[in-house]
Order: sequence, then structure tokens, then C-alpha cells
Amino acid sequence: MANILERGTTAPDFTLPVTPDQKLSLSELKGQPVILAFYPADWSPVCGDQMSLYNEVLQEFQKYGARLLGISVDGPWCHAAFAKDRHLHFPLLADFHPKGQVAQRYGAYREGEGVSDRALFVIDGKGVISWSYCSPIGVNPGADGILEALEELAPQKETSHR
Amino acid sequence: MATLKVPVTPEDHIQGDPNAQLTLLEYGDYECPHCGRAHPIVKRVQKHFGRRLRFVFRNFPLTQIHPHAQTAAETAEFAGANGRFWEMHDLIFENQDRLGLPLLLALTEELGLDPQALREALTTGEFEPRVRRDFLSGVRSGVNGTPTFFVNERRHDGPWEFEDLVMALEARRALV
Repeated sequence: MANILERGTTAPDFTLPVTPDQKLSLSELKGQPVILAFYPADWSPVCGDQMSLYNEVLQEFQKYGARLLGISVDGPWCHAAFAKDRHLHFPLLADFHPKGQVAQRYGAYREGEGVSDRALFVIDGKGVISWSYCSPIGVNPGADGILEALEELAPQKETSHR
Repeated sequence: MATLKVPVTPEDHIQGDPNAQLTLLEYGDYECPHCGRAHPIVKRVQKHFGRRLRFVFRNFPLTQIHPHAQTAAETAEFAGANGRFWEMHDLIFENQDRLGLPLLLALTEELGLDPQALREALTTGEFEPRVRRDFLSGVRSGVNGTPTFFVNERRHDGPWEFEDLVMALEARRALV
């Protein structure tokens, strides 16, 4: 398993395609928590796969003001088809060219298979990683860890607004 | 190891002796084919342990990929509010290949309940909060797909064939 970036590290900024003709930079989302969910590939055959689960939990993430970004090495057209099929209501980023470069910077790239790990990062409003977790590649990590991490961030967020 | 964050209470749908020493809890989705396959397996496990086991079912509908899952869950809750949860639960799984509003209304009638009352409950979303509460308790407990089983509050990872569940329950029993 990869050595992923840990809590306290500044999250490396990146700019990736979010649709075939639009790009998104992590730095654009400063001021709100960001959940970065690396996963190996679109079209997972598992019933109730990781992205479908997060899609259902989206409302809870939004209660913490958090933005969820899925990210894999699949291309933007592949992501578009996958998101449409699963009715996903959050963006999927294409770490497609140069392949896996962002995953590598987060320590979440599997050189052998050429895909990213199932690695989760919660990044605070200042752009610092506040929680990270790497799940065995065959195991959907669920959403409980993300929610706990967001909960931990919540009081900080409140005070920074005052 | 993930554990159940929201303990079983009398509000839950419990089949078998409420004070049984063993608990098998399932987070399930009525439209999920894997849950459909698990249904008869759970029945066999219940038969195997008899009074020593209680079975608890909580809703975990993945509504964006299963368009009928939420309606089915609310229908089971509607039946539950009329004291017929488990009959409806069984009927839905046994007829999973025909799942949809016409089937749910027909099953309601079959159980001697009022299909019009079900329609109203679905329109007003009467049982939506209950289903969502189940779902969120699962999310908090590390449910990552369906079905997810818990054996005495510990998540059961890996295969869930009859033998696997019996073994997991026997292992817990040895500790009780």
C-alpha cells in the first residue's frame, strides 16, 4: 500500500479536467473543507460501490459545508458516462494526463497497476490535510471516517467565521 | 474493525427473541440483487440458531442507483406501522424481480392493508425520516455497501454464505 500524505501536510494544489471542457483547481475551493476521494477506476462492478455510497451521503457532507471530489485516472469522457449512469451529483476529476500525476503527489498511486489507491483526504479551509486514510484496494472504506474528520473540523470553522 | 454505532432498540425491526444472546443485523436495500440473494440465507441462519438468535433489519437504500429502493423501504415501514413489517419484508424480497409501485400496492392489498393509505404515506413522505435515520446509522457504523451484516455489533467482513454467517455467530457465541 502506498505511503499517503498525512495529517498536517499542506495539500498539493492541482488543476484537473472536471468535464471534457472545464477544469477545476483545488485552490479555488479554499475556505471550505474538501473531501478528496481517490479510487482505482470507474465502473466498479460492486453493488453499492464507493462513489454511489458517497452520492447518497452527499447531504451530510454538505451540512459541514464540505465539497466532495472523486478522482481517478479515467479520462473526462469516461467520468461523464460513469457519473451519468450512477446519477452522481458531485464532480469526478480526471487524473488522466500526465497519468496519475496528482495521485503520485498525494502518495496514492499504484505504479504496478497504473491506478490510484482508495485513498481519502479531508482538507481544511486553509488547504491543510486534516485526515487521511488508505483502504485496501478491494475494500470500500465507507463514509464514517470522513464524517468523523469533518465533525472534528466543524467547531474550528465556526470560530473562524466569527 | 467497524462496530455498530447506533445500538439495537425496541424501535428496530426485530425478529426472534428480543433477549436472545446472538444478534444478526442486516443493512439492506430491497432492490439490491445481493440482498435478494442473502434473504433465504438469513432465513436458514435463523432456523439454524432458533431462539438463540434475533435478526434485525435496517434500511440502507442506494436511491440513485436503485430507483425503487426508497419506495420499497417506505412501504415496508408503512406495513411495520400496521404491525406487518416482516410479512412485507419477505414479500418484497420474494418478488424483487417485479419491484415497482404496482407490486408494492398489490402486496399491501394482499396483506389486508389499505393501498390508498400507502399512496398517501408515500406522497407525504411519512416514513422517509425513519428510512433516512436507518441509512445514516449505517453510514456512521461503516456500512459500505449492501448487504452489510453485523454480528453482535461487529461488522462482518467478507463472504456471507450460510456457513460464513453461522461460523461468525458461533465464534461470537463462544465469547458470550
